[in-house]
Amino acid sequence: MTAFAPGARVRVKDAWPEADGPVHIRTPHYVRGETGTVVRHLGDFPNPEDIAFARPAATRALYHVAFPLKQLWPDASGDELVVEIYDHWLEAA
Amino acid sequence: MNVLEAESGALFTALSGLLCEKGLITPAELAERVAITEQASPAQGARMVAKAWMDEDYRALMLRDGTAAAEAVGAFMRGSPPLGVLANEPGLHHLVVCTLCSCYPRAVLGYPPFWFKSSAYRARAVRDPRGVLAEWGTVLPASTRLRVVDSTADYRWMVLPMRPEGTEGWSEEALAALVTEGDMIGVTVPSPGRRPGRASLPAR
Amino acid sequence: MTQAKEADPRRAHHDMGGVSKYLCEGVDTEPHALTDFDKQVDALRQMLSLKGLMTVDELRRGIEEIPADAYDRLSYYQRWIRSMTANLLRKGVVTEAELRARLEAET
Repeated sequence: MTAFAPGARVRVKDAWPEADGPVHIRTPHYVRGETGTVVRHLGDFPNPEDIAFARPAATRALYHVAFPLKQLWPDASGDELVVEIYDHWLEAA
Repeated sequence: MNVLEAESGALFTALSGLLCEKGLITPAELAERVAITEQASPAQGARMVAKAWMDEDYRALMLRDGTAAAEAVGAFMRGSPPLGVLANEPGLHHLVVCTLCSCYPRAVLGYPPFWFKSSAYRARAVRDPRGVLAEWGTVLPASTRLRVVDSTADYRWMVLPMRPEGTEGWSEEALAALVTEGDMIGVTVPSPGRRPGRASLPAR
Repeated sequence: MTQAKEADPRRAHHDMGGVSKYLCEGVDTEPHALTDFDKQVDALRQMLSLKGLMTVDELRRGIEEIPADAYDRLSYYQRWIRSMTANLLRKGVVTEAELRARLEAET
């Protein structure tokens, strides 16, 4: 399990498991492939992608990751967005 | 016809009846569950906010461990997801949304209001948050940074608003009565001059 | 970049954050009281979790399976009862024949 410190730059994987059959994904489409900044580690939780299918669920580290709104939508204001993302969706940027 | 397309009320009656017949649930348990759920309301969150405005130690606890702070005012947190608290400060405002479904700090705010579950709110809050705030007549200074929190996973988030000016010397009860559900999600901000209206009425 | 993301055919309907077609929709800020049906469905969902019959994540997965047109037409708790039924059918807690018999007896 990779550990990310507050301030670390991370890239959200540009993955679309939706194409491979029934899934339950908690990573919104709009951050996929985007680079953001770790705010902090929130805790470790069983992976809902597995719980949703009553499968054994590995524990995943959950991070708060911040993105400038303008990076996600050029028409947005100069504000920011913070999203909860599990570590298996993140890679060091 | 696909049974899933049956009329929803009929589907509920059929499903709950079957579960009863199989001994998996009882009508009394269901009624008790409704009653327990109705006990959670924005008044609980408001009590936390008012206490945090009066008591620095409690405020610190609330920011460090929202679940413990909720339990300290009598909210029932067992079985609930961890509660995170987002403190507004001069120059920083928080807004909570759940774009994927409707994750809401139910243990301290009660049932989520209609607007929180609507497609318009879920879609717009992340991309046009200031436009969404304007729906409530809330206007933030341009110099205030707005941080939108998309509640996508295991936490539930509530906003700790700033204590408004003009409330010096108020009791904790009077302060709690000032705080609405919308203030604790970030669509509105508390104000002693606020007239009862759609901006300040609780959802129920 | 993101415009392309929201247009990606792999994006699920419920994954609606920032999606352009909603940008011109007003938010209905008025209070809407819950109906008895809403409260009962909410309570039944909790019972199913407490009894180990369905997790919240399974509920969500079932909601996400609802086709987009039905998702938009159904109310919040109508989606829930549909998902709960689908989950309990899938797990064999109830059967389609049992449900059908109950539904027919109701009408």
